[in-house]
Amino acid sequence: MITFTHISKKFGKLQALDNISLNCNQGQGIALIGPNSSGKTTLIKCLLGMVVPDSGSILFRGQNIARDWKYRAAIGFMPQAGRYPENMTIAQVFDMMKDIRQDEAGAPDEDLVHAFGLHRMLDKRMRTLSGGTRQKVSACLAFLFNPLVLVLDEPTAGLDPVASGILKDKIHAEIGKGKLVLITSHILSELDDIASEIVYLQDGKLKFHKSLQQLRRDTGEEKLVKAIARVMQTTD
Amino acid sequence: MKKIIKYVLLDILRNKILLSYTVLLLAISLSVFNLEDNPAKGILSLLNVVLIVLPLVSIIFSTIYVYNCSEFIELLVSQPLKRTRLLMSIFMGLVISLLLAFLVGAGLPILIYNPGAAGLLLVLVGMALTVIFVSLAILGSVVARDKARGIGVSILLWFYFSLLYDGLVLFCLFQFSDYPLEKPAIILGSLNPIDLGRIVVLLKMDISAMMGYTGAVFKDVFGGAGGALYASAVLFAWMALPLYLAVRYFNRKDI
Repeated sequence: MITFTHISKKFGKLQALDNISLNCNQGQGIALIGPNSSGKTTLIKCLLGMVVPDSGSILFRGQNIARDWKYRAAIGFMPQAGRYPENMTIAQVFDMMKDIRQDEAGAPDEDLVHAFGLHRMLDKRMRTLSGGTRQKVSACLAFLFNPLVLVLDEPTAGLDPVASGILKDKIHAEIGKGKLVLITSHILSELDDIASEIVYLQDGKLKFHKSLQQLRRDTGEEKLVKAIARVMQTTD
Repeated sequence: MKKIIKYVLLDILRNKILLSYTVLLLAISLSVFNLEDNPAKGILSLLNVVLIVLPLVSIIFSTIYVYNCSEFIELLVSQPLKRTRLLMSIFMGLVISLLLAFLVGAGLPILIYNPGAAGLLLVLVGMALTVIFVSLAILGSVVARDKARGIGVSILLWFYFSLLYDGLVLFCLFQFSDYPLEKPAIILGSLNPIDLGRIVVLLKMDISAMMGYTGAVFKDVFGGAGGALYASAVLFAWMALPLYLAVRYFNRKDI
């Protein structure tokens, strides 16, 4: 469904992405794992057209995304630390997004808004929100339009255990519906039940791309945390 | 595109700075027209105010606004929207609101106290300058990532166009005063939108005689229909070119 071919990106002297090729298919839960500044977010931003790669191409459902924008209607994006217009209320942000993306078919999916209890604080201004609540708004926006692909950058960072449980259940349900979920996280234990594929990045290079079973078999570890720890030890 | 313009406009119109800008312009134009017996003199005083205050407010306000919009831009670039459309919407929102402020604050008093060709021309020049300086502000703030640097560039641009440029032109004219300089003077005049606006309005006020032989040449060039066409074309280029460069840069920018 999404194919990255030989993506490279440099920020000044820093090689953020180095010749990355990756294939993502429908119904997969793909976990992007790697140390800080290994290029996870940059890769995601390339997919969303927020960062323009120096070389390489990205195909989304067979179409090259360079200079295209319509394909983003099929993507729900939850940024790492979402920033929102400070003076708008939560309701205004939701309304604006609905207004902009309204021509997409189907009623908006507001399960998360209710599950998080955001409907009770719709008239709060964005600048007054705590980091966690802001994160909840980001999550709701990502799921609001029933997108085919969900791109979640550190979705549970800053959420309380209850909220992150709700979000994980939601992600699980969406994968069950056959959607593609791309997720980055440093909390490996919670990826165990979401991810079916593991992509490991380091210094902008793709170290491996395996299914979770394959990784378990290769390392002899049942838990993802231990499996990854083993990989990190052996590669160093 | 209309939808995004709507959100930008709603946001700007709530801004108190814009309101105080309108009130300031209104106070200046009303006092100028009420102090002077001769409305033509009023136009002349107002011309100088318009040529200094209007570019300054337009460029600084727009630059700061675009930087304050960074969250809005960040939110919307990941949505199914064309980047060109996003930037154009911000541009249009700024232009519409600043034009509104200018028309209410200065346009209406001018047209009420001094209806006629010169007054109308001053309003048109003011509108053109607003659009030009918003366009320059958009270019500056898209290219410079840092807010302080962006605002600094804006102030320098304004300083250059309203003060420095005239000094440089005068310097050149004095240095080469032994040569016929009428044609170069016209070219130099049109390289600065503020100067061009000033020349066009002054010529309409029949005081070009005060500018000596150069004034006569100006009158010759800008006086006719061809001159008006030339001046509008140059002003239009000043609006379109920075905006075009800004859109081009913005489309390739990493957010």
